[in-house]
Amino acid sequence: MLVVEKNSLTAEIEAMVEKYGNSRSSLLPILQDVQRNHKFVSEFAQQEVARLLDIHPVEVYSVISFYSFLHSKPMGRNIVRLCQTITCDMMGKVNVAKAIERELGISFGETTKDNKFTLEYANCLGMCDQGPAMLVNDKIYPRLTPEKAVEILNEIG
Amino acid sequence: MDENKIARDGAVIFSEYTRGEVIKKVVELNRDDILFELKESKLKGRGGAGFPTSTKWMLTAAAKADNKYVICNADEGEPGTFKDRVLLLEYPELVFDGMVIGGYTVGAKYGIVYLRGEYEYMLKSLQDYLEAMRNENLLGKNICGKEGFDFDIEIRLGSGAYVCGEETALIESLEGARGEARNRPPYPVNTGFMGRPTSVNNVETFASVVHIVTKGGQWFKQHGTDKSTGSKLFSVSGDCANPGVYELPWGTTINELLDKVGAVNTKAVQVGGASGVCLSKDQFERQLAYEDAGTGGSIMIFNESRDMVHVLKNFMEFFVEESCGQCTPCRIGNVKLLEGVEMIEKGEYTFRYINQLKELGATMQVASKCGLGQSSPNSFISILENFKEEIFNNGNGGTNGK
Ligand SMILES: Cc1cc2nc3c(=O)[nH]c(=O)nc-3n(C[C@H](O)[C@H](O)[C@H](O)COP(=O)(O)O)c2cc1C
Ligand code: SF4
Ligand code: FES
Repeated sequence: MLVVEKNSLTAEIEAMVEKYGNSRSSLLPILQDVQRNHKFVSEFAQQEVARLLDIHPVEVYSVISFYSFLHSKPMGRNIVRLCQTITCDMMGKVNVAKAIERELGISFGETTKDNKFTLEYANCLGMCDQGPAMLVNDKIYPRLTPEKAVEILNEIG
Repeated sequence: MDENKIARDGAVIFSEYTRGEVIKKVVELNRDDILFELKESKLKGRGGAGFPTSTKWMLTAAAKADNKYVICNADEGEPGTFKDRVLLLEYPELVFDGMVIGGYTVGAKYGIVYLRGEYEYMLKSLQDYLEAMRNENLLGKNICGKEGFDFDIEIRLGSGAYVCGEETALIESLEGARGEARNRPPYPVNTGFMGRPTSVNNVETFASVVHIVTKGGQWFKQHGTDKSTGSKLFSVSGDCANPGVYELPWGTTINELLDKVGAVNTKAVQVGGASGVCLSKDQFERQLAYEDAGTGGSIMIFNESRDMVHVLKNFMEFFVEESCGQCTPCRIGNVKLLEGVEMIEKGEYTFRYINQLKELGATMQVASKCGLGQSSPNSFISILENFKEEIFNNGNGGTNGK
């Protein structure tokens, strides 16, 4: 990583620590912000968070590895999470998944070459009355059809 | 958001209420008056476990400490549950006013909503709502002019872990740790967030409290059954004409509910989500109530065309993924149960082994550290028992036609 990038990431994390406070209970909000801005929490970011909260970097890594929405490896700019739980499954999740995979040319668990999308499955999103449902980043899309799901992704810049 | 918003009608939770109404009333009351009404109402927690709310609040109120907390559990991760989504989006006044009453009653100055990461899309509107409450002096210092009545609410996000809905795992998560459940006791009412007395309650519990304090415990009790008072929000999904959130009195039978939501040719009803039990037709006269078929509100309907082994597999995959891995019965047990389901799926099982797995399930129910592992065998045991004709004895050598 370039030195300039490092410095700006440090400054960014310092601002987060300023905002949330430097206690251990600020760890999750800080990691969530880093994740939101960068789509993953790099090793360098982990070290900086650890240093500023005065905890061991391994602790930070261990927390990241626990939560399915936090990543220590780079992800696409847009994270697509299709619900795989039973109601959405019954409402046609499989066909939606296949259509998305065909259109993006990747499988679930993968990232497109242009880094635009990462595909993941998620468990029940709390939209079971309007399934199948998916999240793209933090936006929820209910009542998907294969066609509609693909259109939604195509519209994302 | 709610494209299929069914006309919300209900005698208790969805009854008339204006923001701030109960807070203005509460400042005229003392703690004991509120605890009395709650006790009178016999309200039990709506998050699934059904612990009496008056007792939880009394214990938190009685605990001595420099700081106390009120936490609203909006993790809503149980498959098939989405009623808290509706409350937060359409009835935030009930949830937040309920938390303010909670703060007043237990003596907490600080409330936290633990909102599941999947619901981040609500964050902005909820924060705006809190700001509006601050502007009306319904939050902040000297609320409604009452000297020393200070209370504010912060929203914190989860990050995609079902187990964080368990109250001690939730507290761990808030403290910046992995969401691993704690041993209990001590209970959060004594040693909760930051080691301070903390009352953790479900979104719907707070909403119910608002109506109880406004209209009285006696009024609330007129609804429901003797042991399950009031009414309940049910999140209904699956094979029916009108899925959605319904307010129904406790004591409603499964058949009555199926009628109401337009379900036909129903084969199975999963009550209580993946961690609940699956009922077959001969059990549809059972009542939804703590004393019969209890639930945090998830009702999933399966019609005759559904393959129950497929359903069960989906549930077990869920638990294998969501187990925090801290204790052995749950970490290993769920994997074994899932393997068992896969054997059944392929027709490569012995009854002897399946029976051993059922025993393993029974062991998990008692030996697991938290509610996740204690309840994950429920669907395994109930589906294999209640649908054994379909699964094992369908006249095809027990291979389910495959
Ligand atoms: C694995 C697991 C997940 C849970 N998820 C939730 C949840 O999402 N929301 C909730 O209110 N309670 C959940 N609970 C129950 C909580 O531990 C706790 O009992 C509840 O929040 C207490 O609130 P109540 O007394 O108002 O019901 C969960 C329990 C377990 C074991
Ligand atoms: S029962 Fe499961 S989720 Fe609960 S502590 Fe044990 S491993 Fe973790
Ligand atoms: S099952 Fe997909 S949102 Fe609940």
